[in-house]
Amino acid sequence: MATTRILEWLGRLYILLLLAFLYLPIIIMALMSFNVSPFYQLPFEWTTEWYASLWQNDQLIAATWNSVEIAVITTVICVVLGSAASLALYRYEFRGKKFLQALLFPPIAIPWLITGTAMLIFFFGVGIGRGLHAILLGHVALALPYVIVVVSARLQTFAPELEEAARSLGANQWQVTRRVTLPWIMPGVIAGGLFAFAVSFDQFVVSYFLATPGQTTLPVEIYAAIRKGFTPEINAVSTIIIVVSMALMLLTARFFKFGGEK
Amino acid sequence: MAAATASRNGLRSALPLLAPAYLWLTVAIFLPLSAMVFFSFMTELPLSGKPWAFTLGNYAAFFSQSLYLTLLLASLRLGLEVTLWCVVIGYPAAYVLAKVLKGRSREAIFLLVILPFWSNGLVRIFSWAMVLREGGILDTALNAMLPFKINIDLMYSYPAVIIGLVHSYVPYMVLTCYLTLQAIDDSLIEAGRSLGASRLQVLKRVIIPLSMPGLVAGAALIFVPVVGSFMEPRILGGRTGTFYGTVIEDQFVAVFNWPLGAALSFILLAVVLVILAIASPVLRRAA
Repeated sequence: MATTRILEWLGRLYILLLLAFLYLPIIIMALMSFNVSPFYQLPFEWTTEWYASLWQNDQLIAATWNSVEIAVITTVICVVLGSAASLALYRYEFRGKKFLQALLFPPIAIPWLITGTAMLIFFFGVGIGRGLHAILLGHVALALPYVIVVVSARLQTFAPELEEAARSLGANQWQVTRRVTLPWIMPGVIAGGLFAFAVSFDQFVVSYFLATPGQTTLPVEIYAAIRKGFTPEINAVSTIIIVVSMALMLLTARFFKFGGEK
Repeated sequence: MAAATASRNGLRSALPLLAPAYLWLTVAIFLPLSAMVFFSFMTELPLSGKPWAFTLGNYAAFFSQSLYLTLLLASLRLGLEVTLWCVVIGYPAAYVLAKVLKGRSREAIFLLVILPFWSNGLVRIFSWAMVLREGGILDTALNAMLPFKINIDLMYSYPAVIIGLVHSYVPYMVLTCYLTLQAIDDSLIEAGRSLGASRLQVLKRVIIPLSMPGLVAGAALIFVPVVGSFMEPRILGGRTGTFYGTVIEDQFVAVFNWPLGAALSFILLAVVLVILAIASPVLRRAA
């Protein structure tokens, strides 16, 4: 029994070390965004001047708005199209359904480098071109499978008898969907929407290949800035991004359990 | 007969709900992937104004110049190393989460472990630059603790790329292994122990075999994107960070040889599909 106790404590210690590995670089990056020295010199002296200078950087602000707009539109489109597709896959039996479900995995499994370059070639070839509209087209396609998977998972817990009961009480198809099915799958829809927002807002690779100099998103701008050299301004904007996306995920976790616990 | 009619009616009702989503996926994913294969057999991009013709030259370039094959092998090795480190670091953590921690603390720590992996990957790679560079935190901290002077400058090196990628992908391994480990009935482990098996034997004979699907899923989820990574080696690897992915990036953003880039991308896609095909029987058995 004593060995068991010791092993359990070692296990807890190990988890703490893993958390340190995961979070220390991020915390240090965030701290450096409040440090006076532009060369990350210690000792640490507090300042908010890097955040202030972000406000002067029009290019970065424009890219930020692009990122937010694209993420919001992506979320709306994905939630509507994704929920509709999930409902159809749940409700109806037809030949080829397994195939359609299997088609959701290539967009998730294929590296973004391949998807991104393929989109660049195709959009350029058929005249869609590059720019924000192309980025939106790409983001929706990347996020859609996640939304369908998440909403479908929620639908698995739905009792079809409820729909039948509503129908036998005289509700038509639309009323059944709106009053019975949608309220039940709402947590899945919200979680799927937050996933879609995160996929789009954090997306770098696909945006990178589809962006043009005037029409970029925040991660693309950050990458360009990093390759020119490290500055505390990058730390500042990175800190803002990390805080926003982590807050979003905490929100998602409230609607969708990841742990698979009963 | 009845079943066939029902399924035809099912499709008719399902189609309006399905069509928008699948049309979108077709236009933005499946057609581009097909177009990439098509363009990889061309000398120039059509519509670029220049005359073009069909060619095998882009694939010949891959096989005739040892550079591309060498880089692909380097990327595969990188993927293998990162995956192994993720197993070594992630599996024990998943085990502690699934079998040692209980209740609210387990939920909270699980969330903390997978939280970073949904935050911006680019930013997390950048954050390692703060730690690894000369005069960075690791250098300063070690020199403050040690009585002698050492120079830690891991930045722009192969280890830096490994560290950054392991940091990015280890949550996947924890997640997939946790899900399978959690499904193992504790009574199986107790039964093994009470029959006289040592801890190590139980681990080898019961726990690892039963959690194999999680390990394989995690490995596939990590290996595939790492082989195609280009941003991580660029930022943390500097001049040593030339891999297969960075060469593909160059074809599209620097050299502008898109047909060659398409061929290189397609070869990578083929490699990825082979790997996923090898992994899928193990995964299907689990499902």
